[in-house]
Amino acid sequence: MTSSKYLVLAGVTVCAAAGDSLLSRGMREVGNISFQNLPSIVLAILNPWVAIGIVFLLGFFASYMTALSWADLTYVLPATSLGYVLLALIAKFALHEQISVTRWLGILLISTGVGFVTRGPELTHNPSREISPRSARALAARQK
Amino acid sequence: MTKEIYTWEAISAIVIASCAGDVFLSHAMKQVGDVGELWRRKGLVTVIGRILRNPWFIGGVLCMTIAFYSLLFALSWEDVSLVGPAAAALTFVANAVAARIFLHERVDRRRWIAALLVAGGVLLLAA
Repeated sequence: MTSSKYLVLAGVTVCAAAGDSLLSRGMREVGNISFQNLPSIVLAILNPWVAIGIVFLLGFFASYMTALSWADLTYVLPATSLGYVLLALIAKFALHEQISVTRWLGILLISTGVGFVTRGPELTHNPSREISPRSARALAARQK
Repeated sequence: MTKEIYTWEAISAIVIASCAGDVFLSHAMKQVGDVGELWRRKGLVTVIGRILRNPWFIGGVLCMTIAFYSLLFALSWEDVSLVGPAAAALTFVANAVAARIFLHERVDRRRWIAALLVAGGVLLLAA
């Protein structure tokens, strides 16, 4: 793992937490959406908080795709788990939501669990580096 | 009560859609190859072109769109500190299973313990 790869993982974490928080802030202004009132979910994008949230989620998407190009899905998801802690801190200090002790414990448990994975290898299966049966046969024929 | 049912229905939709999306996107990006390496060798336009032309990528984005709107729906009913972690952590457990079956990743004991700890964390969050 190079430092630029850690930077990509940090980008995934920060953008996801910031994006979710901004969406939450915006959706609280938009109000409850029900099945009787479905078009309002499309108009929700016009809310500035939701719009900035979407920009962050696009940043998340770009860094997430980059990470997936060189690491397992079951590595990338846990490796970016610090986002849960970040999300809780943002919810508490920026959105002023109440977070109970139980919820804090849950967040701690999730972070501990997913922190486990980051100490393992980042890639265990890479289909693009494997040789297809046909090219293996071609290679064997050339060597004869 | 209706509010709770709406919230958990939306969370289920987020989990199923984003799990399918994650598997599709991961498969697409493994086909594209290391983005950093490809960028240095062939330039950014080639990288973006290759990603956008990949059918798995398009399928993944469609699933992610469904997940995103389900998230908006859930967030309009419930706090971000419940919806965010609950959906993401459940997705993580579902992904561990899906990645093993569909992506043939080696999900070893370390990764399974992590999945169980995450599931426990989710139960606490929802308590």
